[in-house]
Amino acid sequence: MSILDAAKGAAQATIQAAMGKLVPLAPDSWIPGGIPDPLIRRQHGVIGAALSRLDGPLKVQGAARFAAEFPLDDMVYAALAYATIPRGRIAGLDVAAAEAAPGVVLVMTHHNAPRMNQPAVFGSSPEAAGPADLPIMQDDRIHWNGQPIAVVLAETQEQADHAVSLIGATYAPEPATTSLAAAKAAGPQPGLFMGQPLRNEIGDAEAMLAAAPHRVDQLYRTPRHNHNAIELHGATIAWIDGGLVVHDASQLVSAEAATLAGVFDLDVAQVRVTSPYVGGGFGGKCLWDHQILGAAAARLAARPVRIVLSREGVYRGVGGRTLTEQRVAIGAEADGRFRALIHSGIAAMSPHNNMPEPFILGTRSGYAADSFSLSVETVTMNMLANTFMRAPGESVGTFALESAIDEMAVELGIDPIALRIRNEPDKDPTSGLPFSSRDIVEAWRAGADRFGWAQRSATPGTRREGEWLIGMGCATATYPYYRMPGAAARITLGRDGKAVVEVAAHEMGMGTATTTTMVAAERLGLPIDAVEVRYGDSIIPGAILAGGSQQTAAIGAAVIAAHRALVADLLKLAGNDSPLAGLSADEVGCEDGGLVKLDEPTRRESYASILDRAQRETVVAAEEASPPLELMHWSMHSHGAMFCEVRVNTVTGETRVSRFLGSFDCGRILNAKTARSQFRGGIIMGLGMALMEETQFDERNGRIMNPSLSEYHIPVHRDVPEIDVIWTDIADPHTPMGAHGIGEIGITGVAAAVANAVYNATGKRIRDLPITLDKLL
Amino acid sequence: MTPFTYARAADPDDALRLAARDGTAYLGGGTNLVDLMRETIAQPARLVDVSGLPGAIEETDEGGLLIGAAVRNSALAEHRLVRTRYPVLGRALLAGASAQIRNMATVGGNLLQRTRCAYFYDSDGSRCNKRAPGSGCDAVAGFNRNHAILGASPACVATHPSDMCVALAALDATVQLQSAQGARTLPFAELHRLPGEHPERDTMLAPGELITAIALPPLPAAARSTYRKVRDRASYAFALVSVAAVIELDGDRIADVRIAFGGVAHKPWRAARAEALLRGGPATPAAIRAAAAAEFADAAPLRDNGFKVELATRTLVATLGDLVGATA
Repeated sequence: MSILDAAKGAAQATIQAAMGKLVPLAPDSWIPGGIPDPLIRRQHGVIGAALSRLDGPLKVQGAARFAAEFPLDDMVYAALAYATIPRGRIAGLDVAAAEAAPGVVLVMTHHNAPRMNQPAVFGSSPEAAGPADLPIMQDDRIHWNGQPIAVVLAETQEQADHAVSLIGATYAPEPATTSLAAAKAAGPQPGLFMGQPLRNEIGDAEAMLAAAPHRVDQLYRTPRHNHNAIELHGATIAWIDGGLVVHDASQLVSAEAATLAGVFDLDVAQVRVTSPYVGGGFGGKCLWDHQILGAAAARLAARPVRIVLSREGVYRGVGGRTLTEQRVAIGAEADGRFRALIHSGIAAMSPHNNMPEPFILGTRSGYAADSFSLSVETVTMNMLANTFMRAPGESVGTFALESAIDEMAVELGIDPIALRIRNEPDKDPTSGLPFSSRDIVEAWRAGADRFGWAQRSATPGTRREGEWLIGMGCATATYPYYRMPGAAARITLGRDGKAVVEVAAHEMGMGTATTTTMVAAERLGLPIDAVEVRYGDSIIPGAILAGGSQQTAAIGAAVIAAHRALVADLLKLAGNDSPLAGLSADEVGCEDGGLVKLDEPTRRESYASILDRAQRETVVAAEEASPPLELMHWSMHSHGAMFCEVRVNTVTGETRVSRFLGSFDCGRILNAKTARSQFRGGIIMGLGMALMEETQFDERNGRIMNPSLSEYHIPVHRDVPEIDVIWTDIADPHTPMGAHGIGEIGITGVAAAVANAVYNATGKRIRDLPITLDKLL
Repeated sequence: MTPFTYARAADPDDALRLAARDGTAYLGGGTNLVDLMRETIAQPARLVDVSGLPGAIEETDEGGLLIGAAVRNSALAEHRLVRTRYPVLGRALLAGASAQIRNMATVGGNLLQRTRCAYFYDSDGSRCNKRAPGSGCDAVAGFNRNHAILGASPACVATHPSDMCVALAALDATVQLQSAQGARTLPFAELHRLPGEHPERDTMLAPGELITAIALPPLPAAARSTYRKVRDRASYAFALVSVAAVIELDGDRIADVRIAFGGVAHKPWRAARAEALLRGGPATPAAIRAAAAAEFADAAPLRDNGFKVELATRTLVATLGDLVGATA
């Protein structure tokens, strides 16, 4: 195993050196007995290099055109008014002053909005992207405090903002459930995630817990979190020849187009959603009311519309992570072996969506135990639909589980890393499937060594500098490997030796476009600058959700399929006059801009030569990725060992994180630079979750009271220490490129590592996030 | 934002003339007012820009400092005489906002910052007596972690957000004002008011009255002064509690001490009771803690902010301890 060191640098030199290595075509599925992707064996190519984002220069120059920057002729600007009660009816809407205000083109309310179908709610079908099973501005009903009640269109944004402030609304309130206590009193319901019950029972965990010589049994709480991407949610929308064009900040262009088609009674082909750049997604840049309202208003006004939510508007109209209350109970033998592992609790949900924060997902495959009882139940509150937010489930679930494991380590007097390794499972403990790859122990050892874990005192409160107590903590990070069905890719290879690869995927700042270019160039035997990747457009075949950290695998598999088809087409075009005559796709590889017989490299012909002879400018191959059968054969997960050092002020209780290290086991890393940024970004988000992030949901009326970045705290630069990141770089033989998606794992485990470090520093165990200073006084 | 007119004042008399009509607001750096206008909490019909008025920092004949109201926060913070003679003021300034905001914000505007109470800001959905007199206060029984523990009223539990003002309160600054009726000087302690029945009024300024300068008295003791701010993240957050302190020792006795707290009341809270108890006594942690206990004897914590009493006490003990060189 090799731990990549900090900077690989000199990527271009690496890339040049990599040319001229012949790689066979990849298999298009990864089933038992199948062969791994040959790119895994290729160790000196572009893959793994530290390549800067190809779109970086455009972004720093301001030349990358984001959704709310598309200029359209005759465009008007939108502003939204929001409800101020959690449930009831609109009794009166006074829009006269708004309609009379300067520059106003339209005031749209439920009285004059066009009739629209209810959007298909996310999860109800593969193409469904609706935020909730609710009609949008079709009646006088209010379902959450902050629901849009009116849209103003005006000639300028300032005029729209002013006019919308003139709208007066009165309400006929109805009884609402806005407190957690009331929601719990009404009774929890079983949680269903992607149609599957969030419940696992193996053995009699309660009985084994009761009989265990050592027990930890605690309740952990995590608050609501809101999405705060730098780029506000925005779209530029036009009706053109009866069809709908939405330039959006979206992480699901294909599903969004399909859902919008359903709302407006259009054929899917009549809707085009583009999303060339997204300024941060994290699960929040999906379909919400504002795109639908913008499209409806554009139709009513017969003018293109730009709609950009204010920061407050994002809090009112875009859901976030919901609150959880989790019980974790562990029964263990004196040697540390787990007899019972119980992880259960509740998450709040609205009556109109189906996203129970699935906090037990990481626990299902995390540790060996003789018995398990895992469950998520939901309680219902009148609130905006909660949604995905970076590592939904694992982010908050690992806080509870990994805190409890630290508590058990204290109870047993065993080093917390040793305790985790002692309970390392040899197969998935709840599904029984073998792991496709799992080298977490290597990650723990490498991380502990590099972080200096051996210097930690197991006794809390023993290290002090002036007013500051210093402590170290650790936790396991975990996130699954996903690959969803439906991905496709189209490759257009030109006589000029250049290739265009199209995937209906998304670049939200992660580096997807760059890694896709790197992988495609490697497969095609082309230099990076001969490959152009196009993405973020629903007219591209296939559907690739930027979610579940699955884009890398989904794109990888789709490009593999299209590549095979492309090579087959090229061999046909090559014909009998080619040195490649008579060869099948499995007998050739791609190298130096052409095809080469694997075991006889002198038999070769360049793409240009093949197309020349065939008198073709281009050859085009489009193919769907194979079904994700690998997920049926293996338990597939990424892991990380997270290390944190904190300083806690004995006077004020302020906690400052002074060092952090993430040691990851996430398959093969495709781009050392963008990967490191992804890991770091996730860790920073985790630091916010640990220490400061909390949506203030007023339980009297369900209103979010801190809808701004001055009052909703996320880390500022001074809150973020040097973050060290290393990885095993051990390829998973059962995935495309041997890679796992890495967008979400970085946030997992962080809050627990911080909380465990705070315990080590102070002897105080904080079980409810965020760890604010008042909890440590 | 509601439409408004804009005029730039050439001098203080010009500013007073331009501001003679109702519905006029003076504009400094705009770092707070413009936000409030965007949120429609402030809806002035006219803005008179006074950020271009003379903005000098001058040493007075008596050895004090005269600071023009248009001086930018960053300029004041880095001024040599502020750093050497009034370190508490420089540190308070640097504890506030961000470098960009401090470059814009003026001293006069800083005095008139409005509260950050979430219910004050929620002009659509919440009741607030400060924003809409007589409408009620949703903070009393709502989120009030940042709110007052001293001097609040049933009508309002908001806190004053400025850091600079806490230092000025400790330094016994005076505020120079000008109006159509002439010039007057107000002791700093009398500028801001407690909410009482009229939380809509933050200060004792008369309508149209213009802040022209802040005067700092000569105060040799202030060479030993500091400001400590406690907050929920390392930067860019309002104080949960802050302490401005000046101390002068005579042997091991406290000859003079000035203490002001931020984040605890509707105005910068000058801790007169604690000062009186400490003067002439030892600067021991026990004595400081006893003085703080006296100061907070009347504290009336709300649902979320009870920790502020202990936090302010500890912060005072540590801050004075640092100033006298003892360990807290």
